[in-house]
Amino acid sequence: MEEFFQQLTNGLAVGSIYALIALGYTMVYGVLKLINFAHGDLFTIGAYLGMTLLASFALHETIGPFLGLVVLALMVMGLVAVLGAIVERTAYRPLRESPRLSAVVSALGASIFLQNAVMLIYGARFQVYPEGLVPETSVDLFGLYVPVVRILVLFVSLALMAGLYAFIQKTRIGTAIRAAAIDQDAARLMGIDVNRVILLVFLIGPALGGAAGLLVGMQYGQINFTMGWTYGMKAFTAAILGGIGNIPGAMLGGILLGVIEALGSAYISIAWKDAIAFFVLILILIVRPTGLLGERVADKI
Amino acid sequence: MRNKSLYIYGVIFAALAVAPLFLNPYWVDVLNNVGLYAILGLSLNLIVGHAGLFNLGHAAFFAVGAYTAAILNTQFAIPVLWLLPVCALAAGLFAAVIARPIIHLRGDYLCIVTIGVGEILRIALTNDIFGVTGGPNGIFGISRPTVFGYVIRRPHEFYYLIGAFLMITIFLFHRLENSRFGRAVNYLREDETAAEGSGIDTSHYKLAVFVLGAAWAGMAGDIFAAKMTIIAPESFSFWESVVMFAIVILGGSGSIPGVLLGAVLFVGLPEAFRDFADARMLIFGAAMVVMMIVRTEGILPQRPRLYPLPGPGGAGGKP
Repeated sequence: MEEFFQQLTNGLAVGSIYALIALGYTMVYGVLKLINFAHGDLFTIGAYLGMTLLASFALHETIGPFLGLVVLALMVMGLVAVLGAIVERTAYRPLRESPRLSAVVSALGASIFLQNAVMLIYGARFQVYPEGLVPETSVDLFGLYVPVVRILVLFVSLALMAGLYAFIQKTRIGTAIRAAAIDQDAARLMGIDVNRVILLVFLIGPALGGAAGLLVGMQYGQINFTMGWTYGMKAFTAAILGGIGNIPGAMLGGILLGVIEALGSAYISIAWKDAIAFFVLILILIVRPTGLLGERVADKI
Repeated sequence: MRNKSLYIYGVIFAALAVAPLFLNPYWVDVLNNVGLYAILGLSLNLIVGHAGLFNLGHAAFFAVGAYTAAILNTQFAIPVLWLLPVCALAAGLFAAVIARPIIHLRGDYLCIVTIGVGEILRIALTNDIFGVTGGPNGIFGISRPTVFGYVIRRPHEFYYLIGAFLMITIFLFHRLENSRFGRAVNYLREDETAAEGSGIDTSHYKLAVFVLGAAWAGMAGDIFAAKMTIIAPESFSFWESVVMFAIVILGGSGSIPGVLLGAVLFVGLPEAFRDFADARMLIFGAAMVVMMIVRTEGILPQRPRLYPLPGPGGAGGKP
């Protein structure tokens, strides 16, 4: 049972990271109907930026560990958000009216570009995060020893998701985003500046992705320029699993996927870990073709 | 107009037919790769270009073909060229089994499922599934193809084998494009609901075109296995699917000359960028974005179908 609960908490932590990344995919898809393949690489860049900023400013030593990490996270999120907006401007905006598959190739090109840019700057080898960021102890939770990092990751991602949910549901801008996702033309007629909504989506999504990159760096301690592909694909799978375009769906899908993957690799086979997510996806799509929380869309004639 | 383009194709064909005489083995091998990717691109073009189905896992079918050939050849010593129909059948069956339950899904769901199938297959091959795939090292010692007792060994010889296969592919796919099947598939790409309303069995056609494209990729896999004599799971990664997909979209989806040009650009250009060494892929990615922005429909897009108007008195030309 001990083993089971350890895997469960681990799965929850990984799953919440998937969920954070999945939000970026699902929001962009909701507004543009485009799979932003470069999103996984923005996540990688978040992890690398976090490492660089930690090494160059050592904020956690000068202004205290808690405040230091908060400032660091804000810096990473801000920088990755700006990068996301740049990607939107250069690679996606010129293709907004063109066939959708063309935009997909452009997205794949942007992904290849970013991934190789990271490799050229930081090198192809694994990079290591500075040690001692978070105390390497475990907390006793009802007789279960859980590492502090895991709790931190889970807590931070849940907080970010709750914040996003409140923002989307309760504010005027959030309403505008939802409106643009439902019907762009109608939203435009209601006086919503759709271009600004898209820009905003490309700021929020990458910011969350960058934060996820930082969390992965802190939890696992090492990062690599290709990790965006694995995490990106899992997160995209999570977004589809929950019903793409649906924000709570992405959160649910991410966490579910993380848990299934952790339990599957523990109890079935570790060698098949990366395949489990796709198996689950195919099974769910056969039963529910629009994902868990996706709505059935009837064809308009 | 028509004569002019025929003339151009004739010149290109003649130049390609004698090209190996003037090139060193390295460049002939590059041309062989271009040819192989052209065949793969054309097979994916049926699925993505003509039917508009979003397939980002085409490397999986290529892999099924290559592994079928490799296993049957090394275990039972069956000549590789005899295995062409077997490879087509294996890849086609695999495609039918996975596509049957998912083919009706909306575009992007199909995309992630095809990516997923590609990844599952690659992981299965690496994990030495059924103990026949050789795990991460793959399978080696695949025998060379023989044509009427003549063993094909050098790049120059493969050039003509691949060239012949490519020619047959172009001819058949050109005929298919202009058939009832081709028109039906194009119709469902443009407007699925209208196609269904006109009596086209959309899921039947989607499945048929998917299986056909996959079977063709399986045959390309057979040639690939014979050419390399060693195959390993890395040769069938997601990256390969991305290259095939980009060849189709960037070249011009639905257009045979476009796909051929796409294969030349995608396989040939990285060779030309060799001097940039590490920055090669960086430039490659940027070039994909720029080319897509400059030519959003691809370099040589599919031309609209032209039909003569029926003559007076209903005696008109054939459609």
